[in-house]
Amino acid sequence: MKWWHIALIICVGIGGIFSLFASAEPDGLERVAHDQGFIDKEGESSFEIIPDYSSPGIDNEMIATSIAGIIGVVLMFVLVYYIGIALKPHEIG
Amino acid sequence: MHIPDGFLTTPIMALTWIITLVVIAYAIKQTKNKLTDAHIPLMGILAAFVFAAQMLNIPVAAGTSGHFLGGVLVAIFVGPWAGTIIMACVFIVQALIFQDGGILAMGANIFNMGIIGTLCGYYIYAALKKMAHNKILAAGVTSWLTVVLASAFCSLELAASGTSPLHMVLPAMVGVHTLIGIIEAAITIVVISTVLKSRPDLLSLEVPS
Repeated sequence: MKWWHIALIICVGIGGIFSLFASAEPDGLERVAHDQGFIDKEGESSFEIIPDYSSPGIDNEMIATSIAGIIGVVLMFVLVYYIGIALKPHEIG
Repeated sequence: MHIPDGFLTTPIMALTWIITLVVIAYAIKQTKNKLTDAHIPLMGILAAFVFAAQMLNIPVAAGTSGHFLGGVLVAIFVGPWAGTIIMACVFIVQALIFQDGGILAMGANIFNMGIIGTLCGYYIYAALKKMAHNKILAAGVTSWLTVVLASAFCSLELAASGTSPLHMVLPAMVGVHTLIGIIEAAITIVVISTVLKSRPDLLSLEVPS
């Protein structure tokens, strides 16, 4: 196994398992928006794919979060991996 | 600190988008043709790690949580420009796929939570490292500072949009992010020290600018 295989497994573990223990409390900005009365200005998204890191169509909230986390981690790795390849010098010919 | 759509006015969103796009374009120019085979998996892993770690909201005070941002960490590994590309990708995916942070406010979010860490953070880190001769200390202090700076910029954008007056939003945002910044410092320090012990070679892949 290469180092990044292990690193990717760790990241999948963080996104898929550790994320289940994340606090559901509002974050710093949401807390301030709430306290200062501008939280209602938040607009509705015109579309939703995986809102709130919870995969749609899955009743079990934990599984929905876990799958969303794993999808996100793998997607990020693949996306930036290929951007890296695109930015690498290409041999001519 | 992901700003949703609706908090910022059009001029502020346009301004932050322009700054962000200019920085990303320059980052691509600075990174193009400079990556080696060793950079490719490292960049992918950094993006995957930042995304995963950003999901972990940690309680910091009664009824408030915070999470890692990651800009300083990625810039320490791959430098400010490749780091900016990685962070931009994270916020783009979060907004488009996970509806975390607004689409229109994405320029502001990439700037506040990404570019402040990768650019300002990188240069502050480099200066502190020289002064203190200590990578870990410099990384920790800089990480904390960039979160506080990000919250100050976020406050300025909110105030300029007339969402909340500066004298109210700035102290509240900076106040809570002095706590949230501790999470940033802790995670950055743990990752850097772990990699220094196990694979120090991965910390010598900074893309030359």
